[in-house]
Amino acid sequence: MEMAVFLLFAALALVSSLVVVLHRNPIYAVMSLVVTFVSIAVMFVLLGAPFLAAVQVLVYTGAILVLFLFVIMLLNVSGDSSRGFDLHKALAAVVAAGFALLLLTLFWGRYHGLDLSPLQESDVALKPLARALLDTYLLPFEIVGLLLLAAVTAATVLARRSQDTSS
Amino acid sequence: MSFELLATLAKTGLWMALLLQVTPIMVWVERRGSAMIQDRLGPNRVGPLGLFQALADAVKFMCKEDITPAEADKFLHRLAPLLALVPALTTFVVIPFGPDVTAFGRQVPLVVAGAETGVLLLLALASLGVYSLVMAGYSSNNKYSLLGAIRASAQMISYELALTLAVVAVLLPVGSFELSEVVRYQQGQFLGWIPKWNALPQFVGFLVFVVAAFAETNRLPFDLPEAESELVAGYHTEYSSMKFALFFMGEYMGMATLSCLAATLYLGGWHLPFLSYSGPWWWVAAQGMGVLVGKATLFLLFFVWVRWTFPRFRFDQLMRLGWKVLLPLAVLNLIAVAALTVGGVL
Repeated sequence: MEMAVFLLFAALALVSSLVVVLHRNPIYAVMSLVVTFVSIAVMFVLLGAPFLAAVQVLVYTGAILVLFLFVIMLLNVSGDSSRGFDLHKALAAVVAAGFALLLLTLFWGRYHGLDLSPLQESDVALKPLARALLDTYLLPFEIVGLLLLAAVTAATVLARRSQDTSS
Repeated sequence: MSFELLATLAKTGLWMALLLQVTPIMVWVERRGSAMIQDRLGPNRVGPLGLFQALADAVKFMCKEDITPAEADKFLHRLAPLLALVPALTTFVVIPFGPDVTAFGRQVPLVVAGAETGVLLLLALASLGVYSLVMAGYSSNNKYSLLGAIRASAQMISYELALTLAVVAVLLPVGSFELSEVVRYQQGQFLGWIPKWNALPQFVGFLVFVVAAFAETNRLPFDLPEAESELVAGYHTEYSSMKFALFFMGEYMGMATLSCLAATLYLGGWHLPFLSYSGPWWWVAAQGMGVLVGKATLFLLFFVWVRWTFPRFRFDQLMRLGWKVLLPLAVLNLIAVAALTVGGVL
């Protein structure tokens, strides 16, 4: 039963994430991303972390992707018309691949050959998770919050500036 | 089939049976209620007091021609009305309708899914509702529909924040996401006779929650995604027959589950003081469900009353209310409740 659910949603996540990158219509891409994120939330439930699943759906699919859609509809972005070689895209692909390689070597160097036990349910349940975030790792947690605040402030300043020049 | 699975199926069946009745009954209440408020008669031809009007409407919806605009995105246009039912038919699973009972020698909690994440799961599922509106508006390929979709996405994001913060303030003194714990917390009385419901100590949060609930369900005075005086019918302009009916059902069932949530969070849920909740399990379940439905009905009637009493907001007024009034109020309420909880008052 659990295996069947896993296989179904793993396949769904893979297929929908492929649609995200391959579809030419940005609206379809975002809708497929919704499916991907919901499938990943199901993975979290299967791993014994329902809190992460709920937050994943609430924050990513319920808020962030709606903003994606909002922007796409507001700017009326139609299908991607560029074909052929694009220096910008090629550069982005090279940088992304390099970054992925860096991450992989980091993880490999750190964890290869170590005896790893799977994540216990007691580590990702509600109370231990809260303790980890707001006690053990309080400083990194607050710094991430500050980073988001800085991004929001910067976005507001940029939006205000363009409004001032236009009027 | 295991006993747990059967029990879950039975509980789901009970909720479904009740929720599917909401739309026809509420349509009748809405039309007769609006007629009463506006000093008219309302539907009075089909059946006594026009009670069978909803049935006639249902037959009409099924017989009407289903039109898909030629330039529409066919796939999304068909998918959107189905998605409208997803939050309506899933969010009820975490709402408790009674205490744990013993049936056939087994302990059965009177909630479909007693998940640890409780109300968070409900909010997560409810937040998916906006996709149906956005999809419908976009796929119709019509400027009014698109404007309705854009408004819906902006409005729901804005009011979800205030709504969630109000809910968090309720959960703080309880110390759990589970709604059955929230109900247990509200049992007992102030001064021996006033029920210890959250609506009293947390009246600011209650106010924020109710106002945000109107925006989340796209009800007047916040029904800007379908404002008929400016957008024809907004996101569902290009929908007809049963597809249109599905949007209608989604709206009313969404209202019903949100009313149940409001009753659970602020009015003590299935619990009523001075009611003993003893006897056979089915009687306890019936009592709990009856009390919950009764309290939710109060909210539903309030929804109807407000709709026919207040004029529609302008979109900039709506945004200003959401971001500059409700959100700060919700944050202040959260800080006050947190301080009182730490101080041991709540």
